[in-house]
Amino acid sequence: MSAILEVKGLEASYGQLQVLRGLDFEVAKGGVTALLGANGAGKTTTLRAICGMIRRKGEITFDGQRIERLGTEDVVRLGVAHIPEGRGTFGTLTTEENLHLGAMTRPNNSDIQADVERCYGFFPRLKERRNQQAGTLSGGEQQMLAIARALMLRPKLMLLDEPSFGLAPLIVRQIFDILADVKREAGVSMLIVEQNASLALELADHAYLIETGSIVISGEAKAIREDESVRASYLGY
Amino acid sequence: MDLFLQQIVSGFATGGIYACMALSVVMIYQAIHHLNFAQGEMATFSTFIAWQLLAWGLPYFAVIPLAIGLSFIGGFVVERVVFKPIENAPVLSHIVIFIALFAIFNSAMGFIWDFSIKPVPSAFGEGPLYEGSLLSKHQTGMIAVTMLVLVLLWAFFRFTRVGLAMRAAAANPQSARLVGIRVSFMTALGWGMASAIGAVAGILIAPVVFLEPNMMLSILLYGFAGAVLGGLTSPLGAVIGGFIVGIVENLAGTYIPVVGGELKLPIALFLIVVVLVVKPEGLLGRRVVQRV
Amino acid sequence: MATSETYAAGAAAAPKPFITAERVVYLLLFVGLVALPFFSKGFFVFQVTKLLIYAIAILGLNLLTGINGQFSLGHGAFYAVGAYTTAIMVEMMGVNYMLTLPVAGLICFVFGFLFGLPALRLDGIYLALATFALAIAMPQLLKLSPIEHLTGGVQGVIVFSETFDPDVPFGLPFDPGTWTYLFTLFVGVFLFWLARNIVASRTGRAMMAIRDNPIAARSMGVNVALYKTLAFGLSALFTGIAGALSAIAVKFVAPDSFTFALSIVLLVGLVVGGVGWLPGALIGATFIVFVPNFAEEISKGLSGAFFGFFLILVIYLAPQGAGGLLRAGVGRVKRLLASR
Repeated sequence: MSAILEVKGLEASYGQLQVLRGLDFEVAKGGVTALLGANGAGKTTTLRAICGMIRRKGEITFDGQRIERLGTEDVVRLGVAHIPEGRGTFGTLTTEENLHLGAMTRPNNSDIQADVERCYGFFPRLKERRNQQAGTLSGGEQQMLAIARALMLRPKLMLLDEPSFGLAPLIVRQIFDILADVKREAGVSMLIVEQNASLALELADHAYLIETGSIVISGEAKAIREDESVRASYLGY
Repeated sequence: MDLFLQQIVSGFATGGIYACMALSVVMIYQAIHHLNFAQGEMATFSTFIAWQLLAWGLPYFAVIPLAIGLSFIGGFVVERVVFKPIENAPVLSHIVIFIALFAIFNSAMGFIWDFSIKPVPSAFGEGPLYEGSLLSKHQTGMIAVTMLVLVLLWAFFRFTRVGLAMRAAAANPQSARLVGIRVSFMTALGWGMASAIGAVAGILIAPVVFLEPNMMLSILLYGFAGAVLGGLTSPLGAVIGGFIVGIVENLAGTYIPVVGGELKLPIALFLIVVVLVVKPEGLLGRRVVQRV
Repeated sequence: MATSETYAAGAAAAPKPFITAERVVYLLLFVGLVALPFFSKGFFVFQVTKLLIYAIAILGLNLLTGINGQFSLGHGAFYAVGAYTTAIMVEMMGVNYMLTLPVAGLICFVFGFLFGLPALRLDGIYLALATFALAIAMPQLLKLSPIEHLTGGVQGVIVFSETFDPDVPFGLPFDPGTWTYLFTLFVGVFLFWLARNIVASRTGRAMMAIRDNPIAARSMGVNVALYKTLAFGLSALFTGIAGALSAIAVKFVAPDSFTFALSIVLLVGLVVGGVGWLPGALIGATFIVFVPNFAEEISKGLSGAFFGFFLILVIYLAPQGAGGLLRAGVGRVKRLLASR
């Protein structure tokens, strides 16, 4: 399987503090790749670097095109949907407006409304809340909205930053089930950052472990899940 | 009673001016979360352009779209050239640049068109609307145009994709970039629109107060008062606020002996301070409810 | 604003030698300023008097903006209150002009403190708006009929209408212009000394802590409300005394001398001199007194535009003003010396 995203020697820093020290990894087309690691390992920074939300060095190739010099808007326009930490919904706009914003880069009058309905198919709760201000939704609903909005882009690659963050276990379960559906039905490639390693490894095909800005382990998700020593020393479950 | 009614009606008419200016203030606030202290001078500049075009013999119906269009481009360019480089600078830098623009526009107008007052004819004609009417033709036209601008704005933000993108860019720039919106372009667009609305306000006001470089200074203050009163996030609020300010100003001028006919600016100061202290979000301003 | 280099909150005071480069510069400056009226013409002395007065006003604004991080587009209003206080006391009550300064300062302190109360709830741009409104409304406030018998309405008040000049005390052998200059200079030196002490005191540290991080300051037990209003009051006090001195120097007050343009001029002086750097007030004041003449010579009628372009340039190229440039220059020289 060819790679949709290839990253070589990725470096990034916040001021004086270097957070990423030359990462190499890739995301397979149609597959789900997980980035695991402790707090402060540089997972979120990696996603932000791919999208050009911070300055970065190194080679980033997306779908055969080098993107490390592009701004956020242009990376998004190529088909990368980033679901940021804290979800980044537009709190003052309605649920449906949020969804339409997801399709902002697509030409007008294409089947946007049909896609909105498709999203409501994945997330029936959002349909009930379609005219409500997104800021008034519950945390789980906002996470669903964030994923749905990303789907509206018809992305080739989705970057998910801690989709389980701050949510009740039941809701987390629901969201991961839906992500599995999305993977199966929409064939979107995903790069997922998670603290909840067991959940992420269930969904993922491939996984990387980051420690203080470098990749320490890479392998099949299944193999990592079953490797007692890795689980004990890095994943802590 | 007659006097009272008359004061309300004429307050309503002046309120139309303030409402228009307040709309322009809200536009800028939505785009950049700042108040443009040079907005009055920019609107006056637009009005001078219209006056100049009229003086060159162009008919009114050609002058208005031309002046509005030029103002739109002007506002857009000012954002691109002057504000883009300091996007991430601290608030003080922005305020200083607003003040700098204020000085530049004011002095440029004095230099090009001098400080003598110039009468500007009304696009709606002279005299009362009908025999015995409390409102003149111009006042009626002013109120109608303000309403029209409000409706157009509402429709633009509610029904167009660009409008939606502008709202998103204002609400959450970071997320807006993540859905592919060119946020800084939207900001410039907001400047252009604010400047165009300012031009409308200036052209409506000039026949009432005479045109000169300082025409807008006090009107901008009332515009701010209207915008703050109505809520800086709400175009409808701004219009309502503008009308209220107009009426309050007129009544205070008539019934509070201290104020008198000429000295009404302290009312605007009073209104601004009271609203900011008592109800900073204004009458219709949005209070964001955020659950996490 | 990143001004922590000049006055870092809570910086430890290392023991300094008695003679420092800074002290030598100040001493030379002081001697030069004292000697100035004996070597130059009357009009120039008057202009430098105005310069010193503006410097005091800018010093006040700097206490608010540079040290406490609040904005004001309306300091011209406090300047006006100070000026009118002195004018009214001298003319209507026959008080010696020198005694009016503390009164003017006190009244402005109260006025500023009271205006600072609503300002507490206003952040950044809203505070700018409220003070903008104050500046624009001020000329009309001064014309209001209930106080017309004091303010003289549109006409204003002529100060020293009987003696024509402030009297020179103790029979000192100076002409009135020179005396006004020296008096202003001494008041200015005293206020500068006072401002430095305020900044170095507990109060000053609390104000800077609020500027740098209000939430952290609050959690460390700093009474944010008290110190923000206090900063407003102190700032108004300085600017008000400047206004009072202007009434003495110009010998005339009228509403239209205190328009929004005055507030703009003070802000320009602050930015050019350097926000957060107290001596910058002198540089800023020099700019606003002498550059307009210069600008007028380049192009008549466009001096406002010149001011505006210069401001934009300062924000782009030297956002820390003259103070920032000076620091950068001194730093470079020091490095050069050290590398030898």
